[in-house]
Parts: sequence; C-alpha cells; structure tokens
Amino acid sequence: MHPGAWWVWAISLGTAATRTTNPLLLGLLIVVSAYVVATHRSPAPWARSYSAFAKLAFAVLLIRLVFAVALGSPIPGTHVLLTLPEIPLPHWAQGIRLGGEVTAEALVFAAYDGLKLATLLICVGAANALASPSRLLKSLPGALYETGVAVVVALTFAPHLIADVQRLRAARRLRGRPDRGVRGLLQVGLPVLEGALERSVALAAAMEARGYGRSADVPARVRRTTAALTLGGLLGVCAGTYGLLTAEGGSYGAPLLLAGIVAALAGLRLGGRRSLRTRYRPDPWGPRAWLVTGSGVAVAALLTLASSRAPEALHPGVVPLTAPTLPLWPAASILLALLPAFVVPREHS
Amino acid sequence: MIRFEKVSVTYDGAPEPTVRDVDFEVPEGELALLVGPSGVGKSTVLGAVSGLVPHFTGGTLGGRVTVAGRDTRTHKPRELADVVGTVGQDPLAHFVTDTVEDELAYGMESLGLAPEVMRRRVEETLDLLGLAGLRDRPIATLSGGQRQRVAIGSVLTPHPQVLVLDEPTSALDPAAAEEVLAVLQRLVHDLGTTVLMAEHRLERVIHYADRVILLPTPGAPPVTGTPSEIMSVSPVHPPVVALGRLANWSPLPLTVRDARRKAGDLRDRLADAAPAAPAGPHRGGQASPPPARGNPGRLFGRRTKNTETRPPHPADAHRLTVRRDHLTALHHIDLTVTPGETIALMGRNGAGKSTLLNTFVGLLEPTTGTVTVGGRTPHRTPPRDLIRHVGLVPQEPRDLLYADTVATECAAADQDADADPGTCRALLDRLLPGIADDTHPRDLSEGQCLALALAVVLTARPPLLLLDEPTRGLDYAAKARLVTALRELAAEGHAIVLATHDVELAAEIAHRVVLLAEGEMIADGPTAEIVVSSPSFAPQVTKILAPQRWLTVSQVQEALG
Repeated sequence: MHPGAWWVWAISLGTAATRTTNPLLLGLLIVVSAYVVATHRSPAPWARSYSAFAKLAFAVLLIRLVFAVALGSPIPGTHVLLTLPEIPLPHWAQGIRLGGEVTAEALVFAAYDGLKLATLLICVGAANALASPSRLLKSLPGALYETGVAVVVALTFAPHLIADVQRLRAARRLRGRPDRGVRGLLQVGLPVLEGALERSVALAAAMEARGYGRSADVPARVRRTTAALTLGGLLGVCAGTYGLLTAEGGSYGAPLLLAGIVAALAGLRLGGRRSLRTRYRPDPWGPRAWLVTGSGVAVAALLTLASSRAPEALHPGVVPLTAPTLPLWPAASILLALLPAFVVPREHS
Repeated sequence: MIRFEKVSVTYDGAPEPTVRDVDFEVPEGELALLVGPSGVGKSTVLGAVSGLVPHFTGGTLGGRVTVAGRDTRTHKPRELADVVGTVGQDPLAHFVTDTVEDELAYGMESLGLAPEVMRRRVEETLDLLGLAGLRDRPIATLSGGQRQRVAIGSVLTPHPQVLVLDEPTSALDPAAAEEVLAVLQRLVHDLGTTVLMAEHRLERVIHYADRVILLPTPGAPPVTGTPSEIMSVSPVHPPVVALGRLANWSPLPLTVRDARRKAGDLRDRLADAAPAAPAGPHRGGQASPPPARGNPGRLFGRRTKNTETRPPHPADAHRLTVRRDHLTALHHIDLTVTPGETIALMGRNGAGKSTLLNTFVGLLEPTTGTVTVGGRTPHRTPPRDLIRHVGLVPQEPRDLLYADTVATECAAADQDADADPGTCRALLDRLLPGIADDTHPRDLSEGQCLALALAVVLTARPPLLLLDEPTRGLDYAAKARLVTALRELAAEGHAIVLATHDVELAAEIAHRVVLLAEGEMIADGPTAEIVVSSPSFAPQVTKILAPQRWLTVSQVQEALG
C-alpha cells in the first residue's frame, strides 16, 4: 500500500490529539495507534523506531511535570501538595519563579498538556513504524526526485556517523587512552568528519557512475514557465496561510492558498519533464489507501467538530479539580481509526 | 570494447603522471585482470573506464579512452551509465537505497527504463546472483559476500556491456569469494559481458582471466598478454606460479589442477624430505599446547593454583560466551595463548573472529565465562595499563591514527606508552623503512599504514599482539614484509593472534590454526594438520603437493636446497 496513506492516517491522529486534553481520549488515541502498529508494522529495522518514539514521548511528559514542579505554574490552585524552598531571584528575572508551592491543579494541568504532546509524538512514531520515511520520499514527484535522494542519503548518513564515532572511540582504548568522557569524543571528531566526507565522496562517485542526474533537454520556454509557476505558487501558499492564520484575513486566505497550491503543483508537474527517471514498482494508491486515509481524516474532523461543540468534555477543567469523563461520541469516533487494522492485509515478514 | 590509446593521467598538484602511456584494448566478452603492486595506478585506470577519472576526480587525462565506441572526454560518467557498470572497493559506499530489491532497481530508474522491463530484469538478476531469498532484506543486515553480490547485481540490471570491479574479493572469506567469482564467470560466458577487474589476491582470480594487464611500476607503461605469459615475468604472482617458476615448469601452470598434473616429478624429489616445521613457540618441543584444560601445568594438580610460580598466559579464555543483540557471537570458547606462539583464527565472515579479538582487548564484555590477558580481566583494566599487556591492530588500521603527521603520531604513541622518545619511530623504521616524518597518515599506502599502526601498538611492548585481517588490500611485497616482521616478533617471544581469510598468510606464519563457525570453535591444532584436511582453507602448495604436507613455497625451496 502507498506509504503516504499511513502518514496521512498517523498525522490525522496527531491532529486529533491536539484538539483535546482529556486524558481518557488521549489514552484511547495512543491505544488505537499502538494496536495498528502492533498488527501492521513492517519487519524492517526502522520499524523499531516506534519504541524510541514511545520513550521520547514519556520523557517529554516527565520533563513537562518536572518543569511544572520546579518553575511553578500560572494555574491558580488551592490543593497544595508540597512546598519547595523558593530560591530568590534578582529583579531582572521577574516573572520567573524557582521552587515554591506545588499544587495538585498545576500538576494535573501539566500532565494533561504533556500527554497531548506525548500522543502527538507517538503518532509520528507510528507513521515511522508503518511506512519508512524513505519509502515516502520515493513517491515524490519527478521534479523533486533529486532533492528526495539527497534527503534519503542524509537519513542513512546519521547511523553511519554514529557507528563511526563508536568505532573510533573504541580505537582510542587500543591506544591506551580513556575511551569515555567528552574529551575522547572531541578528539575523534576530526577523524570522524574526515571519514564521513570520504564516504560521501565515494557515494557521490557511485551515484554519478550509476546515472544519477541524467536529464532530458527541455525548451527554455518550459523551463521559465516552470520557475514562474513554482515561485508564484509558493508565494501564494505563504500569503494564503498568513491570511488564514490572522484574524482579519479570513476572506482572502483560503482562495489564495488554494490558487497557490494549484500553481505550485502545476510547476512541479511541468518540472518533472526534465527527469527521465521511471519508477520501479510504484506503490499504488488504491481503495485501501483511501480507506486508511479516510479513517484518519474522519477522526481528525470529528474531534475538531467535537472541540467546538462540546469544549468542556474535551478539555476537562482543572480549577476546580474534576475527574475527566469519557465523552461518548468523540470516543466512538476515535475508534474509527482502527479501520486499517481490519482492511489492510498484514505484511509478510 | 574498452580501448586505451596513449593514456596518461596527471592529478592536480602531482608533479608527474600517475599512469603514463597506457595503451591496450579489451575485446568484447573477455575477462581482463589488471595486476601490479600497490600504488601503480590500478584504480586510476579503472576510474578512467567509467569516466570518473577525470570528470569526477579532477586531473588531466591525456590520450583517449573509448568504451563501446563512446569517448570518455565527451561523455560524463552518468552518460556512460548504460554501458559501464562500476563497483568500487567498498560495496557499502556504493549503496543508495536501503533494501536489496530497490538497490537493484535504482540504476534502471535513473536510466528511465520502462517499469515492465525493470521488473523482469530485477527478477532475472535475483536468480542469476542467487539473491532471491534476500530481496526484501535491508542491506545493512547482509554479510560481506552478499553485499558484494548485491553491488554487482545493482550495476548488472541496466545490462551494461562492460563491468569494472576494484578488488571484488579482498574482504571476503574463501567461500564467499568463490561465489562472487562464479557469478563473474557466468556473466562472461553466458552474457558476453566484458569484465575489467583489479585484484591483489591473484591465487583466487588468475585462472578466470583471459588477459592480464600488468602495471609493473608506477609510471611505467603496461604489459599485456595471456595470464601465463604475464605471470612468468610479473613481480606479483600467486604461490602456484612461484612453485611453477621454482620447478621450471613450462608452460607455467595457473591452476592447482594444471600444477598437480606436472607435480608428479616434484613430489618424487620431495618424497624423502620432511617439511621444515615453522619455528615452534619458545617453550620446549611441543608445538602447541592443547587448549585450556589440557595444560601441562595441570598435571601437577593443586600446585598450579599458586599462579606466582609461573607468569600468567598472554591470553586465556575459559568457556567464553559473548552475546550481542540477542545473537550468540561466541559460544563456550576455550583458548590459551602461550608466549611466542602464532595463532591464525579462520572462519567465514561473521563467524566471531573479530568478536574474540575485541573481547581480548576489553571492547566487549564476556556474557559468561572468563577471559584474562596477562592475568588481568581486559574490560576492567584501565586502557593505560592494558596496552602493556595486549595490542590490537583493527581491521581498518587508520582508525588508530589521529595525528596529522607520522612524526606526531609516533611522539603521541611514545607518550601514551611512557616509552622513551623515539621508540615508536625506531620500530617503524625496523618494520618498514623510508616513511617520511612529515607525511599525513591518510596519504600512506595500505602497507605503510599497517606498519605505522603496528609500530604504534608495539611501542607499549605488549606480550600479546592481535591483528584483524592484516592483509586486506596488501600486495604481495607488503605481505612478505609483514610476514618477516611477524616472524621476528614471534621469535622475540610475542604471542600473536591473527584473524584472517588469507590461507597463504596462515600457512606462512601460524603455528596453530583455530577454526570458528557460528561462534563455536570447530577445530584447533597445528597449522599443517588443520589446513591440509580442509578443502577451502588449504593453501595452494598443499593442494598441489598433497598427500605430502607442504604448506609454502619457501618450505619447498629449502627442502630442494
């Protein structure tokens, strides 16, 4: 299946997560995405990044809580849990507080907020586990192909660099120097960079020898039109987005954005004429991809709707403290995201 | 198919041309082998075929190179991509995508072939190279031989008429090398592909070649001829040729089979002589103590507990098991190394040879079992102390070098080891004289680099010296110097353990061979016994003179007087 479908699905779930702070709904989102990942993740090594993203999400949640405890919180609370010694700060640091009272309200607020971010991260992790970003880059339009290859090469570069650092730090031990600590890391810096540079040059030579960058001749007229369309389109997208985001620009924002996108796409299509490249086994965008995308987008749309219709259920109050309740129809709409688990056949490992 | 006309290449800033007056032609469907010592410009000649020299590397190319009728002066490498396929020394640097199937398709995608054609060729290539079972595998998880085959496959799919390979089998174990060479031969015979390759390990490839192009010295014009013509004059030659020259066989045999047919006479002459055993380890007559538990000291029962009476072994592993990433890399290894002994660790790529060496220097911790080096536990010993007990020259000797000149590198080594200033430099001059003080370590040839790394490691005078694949990329002359140096070190009482695929090297210097397979020790014994009984690990001389037990040409030479 087309990797883009999985990315749209996962990013839609992430969008849905930004619409609510209800921990029950957020928890449900995490469970749903985790279930789909557990049943459908690819057997390749990059699918392991899901657990890395989960750990990162947990760390984000913890850091958010630590900040709330250490730096205080603007949430007015009455349930004081503990009082840390407050460190007096000079007058130029006014508005910053170190230590002081820690209230249950502040902690709960921080936890809700942190959980929202964590859910977002886990959704991105799910996208990574279900379809590798390099597979996604392969489906870029022809005009962007060369940029895509550069990004893919950069993505594979990082793991190589880490492996190099580890190998050279190990080699320091063989020279009788300590292999841990910051100094050790600094001293291997130069050889690692040299090695990385050499590898890049070797890869560039290999790519050149394999025909990377062969291009067809296109008339100057087409080239100029392409440039005009792409630049104009991008400008339109920027202006349109600005219009949508500012309060007063509501009237011209949407049409300008739309026009910009159309112009940019036309530019890309025209630019693709330069590329001779064909695709080996392109991922088809079939009915399944539509179903997966649709289920994700539906969840995002329904939760956005819910947050405007029933804000109190999606944003449980912290002052005064109340137990969050599970709003029935938003919860039911999140379950829609389970659809891929049933319609997409499992990949054979 | 490939034609060089009066070609010379001068790199920017170089005072003289790297290669000069290169003039040869490789007709369609031939396998041509480019041979010569290190640094004569073999890689430059190969690069000129694909157009990377000079379009990518810079420099000036004089004369004319044409490939399938296209002049490389007017065609960039990318415009030659459909007729020339190039695989460099390091297949990992060659891969653009991350799975086998995508990698095979990548070149065709760049050329803009139709999707149906691509699909068909990928399937054909998967079958041709025996990669069908690996099609979905990420490249990072493949073994060395598999990677090399994928690299060859990835340039084959666009159906190039010419294939250019730089040392395709150097990093491979004997079986994986056979695999790759069998594929090349099939391409030449079945598809009529023209192959031009450079390789140091002539014993592996010479009998596949139709034509040999010899670059005798830097800057000298190449000599072209049939393999047997060239081998009778070449400064680089495999043991079978050395034996043939010694016995004055004519025409010179290139394969073990041809040599065996002529060797009846030689076998008769050698029948009475016994091979001179390589000088055994220092301690008395027994060539090699059986591993660990059978130690002679054990006869005295409890007294051996008092370790002070005898210095500890340079290295000792007892029921050593190492697990990494849920895989058992080593399983129940028992190995004792005595002073003055040279042990060759052999086995497939990934059999656990490097893991064992790394455990001896404390880079890896044993999961269970114990390992001691000079009586100490390596991974708990601070590096400064450890280098006095054990030294390892890693697979990539350049990893050990940080400084920007040879002189500072030597000074740093003296300081690290608390040795007298000049110790390292003196060692280097002994190993390989003539390396200038102000050379940058990156500009050294493979052989010089190995000598410098070896000198750096020896500065701390470790009783145990470990070498990981020391002959990778070395030509025969550099290898011969290494053999002499290692023999001298062993005679001085250094214990040496080397992990190697090079059966000829093992035959030359090892007293004892340990075979590893899947992390387990499957054989351990004197070199002559182990290698003679193994078809893939037997050196050429052994194969030719079997059932007599000769290992090297020098043994035969001594016996003949």
